[in-house]
Amino acid sequence: MPTLRNLSPLPYNEAGQPVLRIAGLGKEFYLHEQGKTVPSAKGLSFEVRAGELVALVGPSGAGKSSVLKCIYRTYLPSSGQILYRTEGGRELDLAAAPESEILALREREIGAVTQFLHCLPRQSALDVTARPLIRLGESPSIAREKARQLLSRLGVPVPLHPIAPATFSGGERQRVNIARGVIVPRRLLLLDEPTASLDPAARDRVIGIILEEKQRGAAIVAVFHDLAVAGKLAERTIEIAQPVIPEDISADLNSVIPAKAGIQ
Amino acid sequence: MRPKRARAPASHGFGFLDENAKREVRRALMKAVAIPGYQVPYASREMPIARGFGTGGLQITLSMLGENDTIKVIDQGSDESVNAANLRKFFTLVCPGVAGTTRTQDASIVQTRHRIPERPLRSDQILVLQVPYPDPLSFVEANGARRSEMHGSANYARLWTKLYEDMVTFHEIAISHRYPARIAGHYVIDPSPIPRWDVPKLNMAACLYLFGAGREKRIYAVPPYTSAEPLSFSDVPFRVEDFKDARGERHRCARCGSAGTFLDELLSPDGSRTFQCSDTDYCSQILEAKPCKGS
Amino acid sequence: MQRVLEVSGLSRIYGRGCARCAGETGPAFERNVCPACGSVVAVHDVSFHLLPGEILGIMGESGSGKSTIVKLLNFDETAGGGQARFFDGERTWDLFGLNSAERRWLRDNRMGTVYQNPHLGLNLDISAGGNIAERLLMNNVLSYREIRERAVQLLARTQVPADRMDEHPRRFSGGMQQRVQIARALVTNPPLLLLDEVTSGLDVSVQARILDLILELQEVLKISMIAVTHDLGVIRLLASRTIVMRYGRVVEAGLTDQILEDPQHAYTQELVAAAL
Repeated sequence: MPTLRNLSPLPYNEAGQPVLRIAGLGKEFYLHEQGKTVPSAKGLSFEVRAGELVALVGPSGAGKSSVLKCIYRTYLPSSGQILYRTEGGRELDLAAAPESEILALREREIGAVTQFLHCLPRQSALDVTARPLIRLGESPSIAREKARQLLSRLGVPVPLHPIAPATFSGGERQRVNIARGVIVPRRLLLLDEPTASLDPAARDRVIGIILEEKQRGAAIVAVFHDLAVAGKLAERTIEIAQPVIPEDISADLNSVIPAKAGIQ
Repeated sequence: MRPKRARAPASHGFGFLDENAKREVRRALMKAVAIPGYQVPYASREMPIARGFGTGGLQITLSMLGENDTIKVIDQGSDESVNAANLRKFFTLVCPGVAGTTRTQDASIVQTRHRIPERPLRSDQILVLQVPYPDPLSFVEANGARRSEMHGSANYARLWTKLYEDMVTFHEIAISHRYPARIAGHYVIDPSPIPRWDVPKLNMAACLYLFGAGREKRIYAVPPYTSAEPLSFSDVPFRVEDFKDARGERHRCARCGSAGTFLDELLSPDGSRTFQCSDTDYCSQILEAKPCKGS
Repeated sequence: MQRVLEVSGLSRIYGRGCARCAGETGPAFERNVCPACGSVVAVHDVSFHLLPGEILGIMGESGSGKSTIVKLLNFDETAGGGQARFFDGERTWDLFGLNSAERRWLRDNRMGTVYQNPHLGLNLDISAGGNIAERLLMNNVLSYREIRERAVQLLARTQVPADRMDEHPRRFSGGMQQRVQIARALVTNPPLLLLDEVTSGLDVSVQARILDLILELQEVLKISMIAVTHDLGVIRLLASRTIVMRYGRVVEAGLTDQILEDPQHAYTQELVAAAL
């Protein structure tokens, strides 16, 4: 079973209640066809306050992305609670909240930057980035201007802005992903490997943006593969490690996480 | 009603139809008058003329005629066409005491096919029209049940759409006869194949209009002083035939000189065209009223 | 949040039905047909709700009952059981308790339906503009010029060019026919739009454009929609929440991304794994 080890404790920010409190979070997948249960995360607990970043690190396949997906409700947690304090001061368990609540929170308060760019095909990078802002009622021209600035800041060259990201390189897509994820100021940000596939210059720009978000007061949970980057940004780092597991379950683990099956 | 004089073995009573048949038609007529424009179904009887020759109008007239009535019958405006003349004789034969006439003002009941007389009818007169197709929605909907539903909810959108399509294709509404008219703001009727010229006569008239479709087995009515509006768009006014020649001048009747009647166009053997009043009685009366020419 | 539509216990059986129908059909038995009486249990005990401004996906394969649900909601068919409440601003409608005049009015004014087959949603024998005009004329817009102007605008909303408005949709491509159908469904600005496999059978590129159009319209007009489809890609693109149906029952319901990435029910897992 994956375990956790608190790596680098830092003093808690005592101003205010935590934005997010994970308590005993566990996730496992039951595959009906094989009749097998595949574990992912287990017994995970931590807190995040406004302006803090909690980093999740560990080897591939250990279940770090699953944690983020459980928070975002893309995965249904198998056990535990995900207590989120809304902007209005209400605390609710995201694991059990009604879908309409989750959708409303995703629209406004909770943002996620996934590992792969899921977006509407045939939409320009500019429109993809601006869309979350437009959906909240911002005027399209202002939204697009903000998008343009953000993309430029992340080093996405202006000639690429009117083009659909389908043809971009991995690094370019990742930057569009991040721009889209931060264009609306969120209360809680979930970042899955935000600096993967970026060259050092781009990585630094992204780090700059994440720092700004923290300063703005966002609570952030981020998965990093790079311990150094995690160290620069995180108040707390949690290692999600896998214990030694028998050969056959390993094979199952490779097929269980549908994110890898190509239905992006 | 008992016959006044028995002729050689009559197999029928006064008015040819048996009393129960007349009763049914009268009830249908009352319902039709009570619900202006509504098509009342009735059991159309076998008549001594074929379907398509006016059996509907015939049954209505026979149900109404009394001994002291006077009947006029016209076909395309003429009293003397074969069908009109035969029907008039039939009425006088099976309704002893009933007189036939060609003068519109002398008739208590006028039965007609395809025209309304030019002379406006009075409140003591009834016009009975022979109708081939009672339902204007059959232009746009083949299914009878759906048509009933559409009439019931006064949903004539598809009929209007047909008018719209005409405007798109022809830049005018391409209906000349059987122009649909809305009665008392609800039901839309097919006024029978009368020309556009006659449709305005239905509106707020002093007389009662009755419509009989024998083959289709429907009766409907436009009561006196009831609105009858031909369907049209607010920016496309309903127009009647203008009988203007190439120079823009109104044709006149070659017989009586009138420039205010519906005209039939006649081809002479030499290929020339003349125009003549379709309403022969009206034409004749105009002629009669003129001072004699010559000695 | 006030819902737009609340459906509970919806059922529809074709045939005379019997006491064993419900208990001996469904995903557990892998059949719709009752072994006792031969009736087809098209839909049984289906419940779901629709939130304002969202697109709800109903996903299933043939025989799942998904299209029957649309037909029950727009009165093409009569429900055998259950309740459906439509919250339309100030008014609440009990859909299965209305008389025929009310049903017709609702269907003509407060709902739109777009079908897979344009024959069902369009009159192919009148012009594209005429298809729009027909719905305007239901509501007494009676000036010819105004009808033309409104028809042009409404067709432009779904990118049907004005120079084609006088042609008959019979001569249009499949994608253009769907655009006219969608424009027609939206004439009365209904708060509820039902989409029944609207892109199935179209070329892939055309499908994509129609789906983009639907999303655009939804964002601009904020209409609540139910999209019925067998296509996972369509579900992913359009729907924020999805229900999965099989043999007339709901087997799973949830957020679309959760259904697709963390399916719980065996059948949903099968469907997702089978997606190309």
